[in-house]
Amino acid sequence: MNNLGLIISALVIGLGLLWLLIRSLKGKEVERRVIFLFIGLSVSVPLLFNITFSEKATPIVRAVFDKIESLPPGSKVLISFDYGPSMAPEVEPMSDIILRHCMIKNHRVYLMGLWATGQSLSASAVDKIIKAEFPDKINGLDYVNIGYKAGNQGVLNVIITDFRKMYATDVDGVDLDSLPIFDGIKSLKDMNLLVSVGGGFPGIKEWVLFAADPGHIPLAGGCAAVSAPLLYPYYPRQILGLLGGIKGAAEYESALMKKYPELTDMPIPGIRMMGPQTLAHMVIMAFIVIGNLSFFFAGRKKQP
Amino acid sequence: MKRQIPIIITFIVGTVLILSVFFPPFERLGEDFSIYFDIIAVFAFFLGGGNLIRIHGDKIFKRRKDWGFSLVTILGFFIMLAAGLLKLWNPGGIAADVAATGSLFQLMYDWIFNPLGATMYALLAFYVASASYRAFRAKNVEATILLVAAFVILLGRTPLGMYVTGWIPESFSILQIPNMAIWIMTSPNLAGQRAIMIGIALGVVSMSLRLILGVERTYLGVDNE
Amino acid sequence: MFAKSKLSTPALACLIVIILVLNTFPVAAQDIVSADTGTVFIPAPPTGVTAVDFKYDRGERVEISWTLSADDNERGQVSGYNILRAGGESDDFVPAGTVAAGIGSYTDKDVESGTTYRYLVEAIHAGGTVPSAVSAAVIPDVELINWNLANLFIIALLIGGAVIYFISHAKRGKKLFVRKIAGLEAVDEAIGRATEMGRPILFIPGINDMDDVQTIAGITLLSRVAKVVADYDIKINMPVARSLVMTTARETIREAYIGAGRPDAYSDDMVRYITDEQFGYVAAVDGIMVREKPATCFYLGAFFAESLILAETGNSIGAIQIAGTAMPAQLPFFVAACDYTLIGEELFAASAYLSNEPRQLGSLKGQDVGKFIAMIAIAVGVVAATVAGAWGGTFFIRLSDIMHRLFTIRN
Repeated sequence: MNNLGLIISALVIGLGLLWLLIRSLKGKEVERRVIFLFIGLSVSVPLLFNITFSEKATPIVRAVFDKIESLPPGSKVLISFDYGPSMAPEVEPMSDIILRHCMIKNHRVYLMGLWATGQSLSASAVDKIIKAEFPDKINGLDYVNIGYKAGNQGVLNVIITDFRKMYATDVDGVDLDSLPIFDGIKSLKDMNLLVSVGGGFPGIKEWVLFAADPGHIPLAGGCAAVSAPLLYPYYPRQILGLLGGIKGAAEYESALMKKYPELTDMPIPGIRMMGPQTLAHMVIMAFIVIGNLSFFFAGRKKQP
Repeated sequence: MKRQIPIIITFIVGTVLILSVFFPPFERLGEDFSIYFDIIAVFAFFLGGGNLIRIHGDKIFKRRKDWGFSLVTILGFFIMLAAGLLKLWNPGGIAADVAATGSLFQLMYDWIFNPLGATMYALLAFYVASASYRAFRAKNVEATILLVAAFVILLGRTPLGMYVTGWIPESFSILQIPNMAIWIMTSPNLAGQRAIMIGIALGVVSMSLRLILGVERTYLGVDNE
Repeated sequence: MFAKSKLSTPALACLIVIILVLNTFPVAAQDIVSADTGTVFIPAPPTGVTAVDFKYDRGERVEISWTLSADDNERGQVSGYNILRAGGESDDFVPAGTVAAGIGSYTDKDVESGTTYRYLVEAIHAGGTVPSAVSAAVIPDVELINWNLANLFIIALLIGGAVIYFISHAKRGKKLFVRKIAGLEAVDEAIGRATEMGRPILFIPGINDMDDVQTIAGITLLSRVAKVVADYDIKINMPVARSLVMTTARETIREAYIGAGRPDAYSDDMVRYITDEQFGYVAAVDGIMVREKPATCFYLGAFFAESLILAETGNSIGAIQIAGTAMPAQLPFFVAACDYTLIGEELFAASAYLSNEPRQLGSLKGQDVGKFIAMIAIAVGVVAATVAGAWGGTFFIRLSDIMHRLFTIRN
């Protein structure tokens, strides 16, 4: 099915692009809607035919994996859901796979969000990953969701010294002091690892400036591909690793499956979505070539 | 006096926030000022919401062009507000978490809000293609270099890059497309980004000092003279 | 003296061997765990407990350190350490924290400045705990100055001082050279185009709130644009994503219309609140663009993923687009899709550039001092690090180290 799909999609899209290429040799520009049609096809066909490719973790992604893998069981990992539903298709695979890895390693996970939409997304993650795949984990002992507080980086300014000045309870209204997972935890400085997933404001940069750097706490990040170049300056000193875009999620999924081969039924949205990304990139490259040919041949036509 | 008070407030708050970085006794004051802003911003929600209702309500009432869409806006606003405030369909009742599973708020969030947001974000895929088609033309040397770099990055961000250049021996591994893509992102791109960020930081310092010292007052609607 | 022993020779030999073994391998001055007798192994206590006030904070932290117990080894005789604190409201020792075996330090963050505290550390073993001697008293103090940030303070003084100096010494009439910024030169032309075509202007001040300096930069430019709009009697449309920005923008445009002598032409509906949500906002703005077809679009402020959507939609309606943002990730999209782009600091310089006022232009000169310092520091640091890494040399190693420490923030 995989190969048949690849052949069909290559034929359909390839022939279409060939036709546009021939038109471009006559100096004709391509209409915007035609470009949109081809992008639509290049994204939907791989999903329909389940076209996937194998991935290998790059060092920047590997660093995050190795950190979580090397932390002793019971380590305290805080995951911040700093994104909204619009970004979820790209970054949710990252938060899911990191949460899953933490659960496999029996780390204690603290979920929160600097975005208002982060609270619902962290609640979804608890239902989808922890309750569904790790039913033996206990809320308040193995994981806790303290949710969202307004204030952007102001929240970090406060919880770097004292959680309880900002959060009195978890999302279920239970007092933090009555939760075993918060025994001996006063502030972010008691965490073994911070993970911020998201690509906007507030996001990884705010976590670097207001939490990780001043508090000397290890920080890992996951962000949309467009935000990743902006965060490379912080790697590897201020952030120990970064999952950039869906490729980062795919690489992490691949690394986790290699380490734990028994996870054959694990959902792999990152790896699945690399199929459309690959084909879409090829189509964009083809259009860039077509655009340049139109430009040159149209220019030649105008010359006397 | 109406113009002087905001300038004085700006000066005091700006100075305290700078001092709170270097002088620990001011840290708490700095945290408090951050919280004051959040409180003011929350109260401002009422102004924005009121404006939204007034404009769309006016359109519906006077049956202006496209008033039907305004009706959808107003209905969406009030239904979501009611679902959240009154905890409609919430299994835990009025005291439960607003986003509890099964509540109307969470259902609308999962089935309307999320897909709409994801749809808008998905537009970027189409617009990136049309912008690339239009912008990446080899008009001169710099544009050609940009074009080649774009090709390397596009290939390097997919497994294709490894398939195409995976045969290159390890001693020349920098020529493998994924490694070249990472090198472009972490060397020349990063150098340019850092230079822009240094410039931005200096611009922020200059602009902030102009605001704190009251030299820049156009945001108050007055001339700087 | 002794009765004749009834012990056989082999039994006597065994007894002698046992006595010899016990004497050759003396057990530590503790009892051996014995299931028969019920005695417990007690490890040696930790020693050398010191408590020191953490420097450069508000007196909220004390650092405790100690020498590990002599029996803290791989045999697991010590499983961890309890840190106990006396002071404040009670002279009794209460638990302050616990650390694992092998760790000889702890930071107590539950203290108040000005209060005297004493600490002791207990080694935890299978049968209970064994305490150390009590530490000397410590009083956590509020330090007035965070000397860890001295390097940052000096750099801030240099750059901030230069900006303030040039602002205060700007002389009227003295022409300061500022290079041409194409996007700003085109503002008048862009507004003129809207006048000729009889179509409105769209102004987007970004999607962040008034606490972002980019939004303030956008609003200062709005003031300049609004003046021209008021003079030429063009319609301006300003959908915003934050309520505070809405109130500020209304004030700004109202003042511009009053300044132009046309207060009646102003309407609050020129500035509308849409929604805080990013993509809901851009969907509404796209709809406004497609329906009202503005001749000129200004995007000046903080933008995120919606930047390309806005710019491409503006492109599709044939509008002239001037963008400016200090978000490096969005600059490539604006450069690709807009007619003019203000890159980073050009957005912040725009107000000064358009005003042509000496004090404002003086602040740009102060910025240049900062850039000069940055360039020198980068050049010196790169040369020092490269030579030190490639060829060594004490001078370059020390210079590289100095540059690293000078530009590292410690806390």
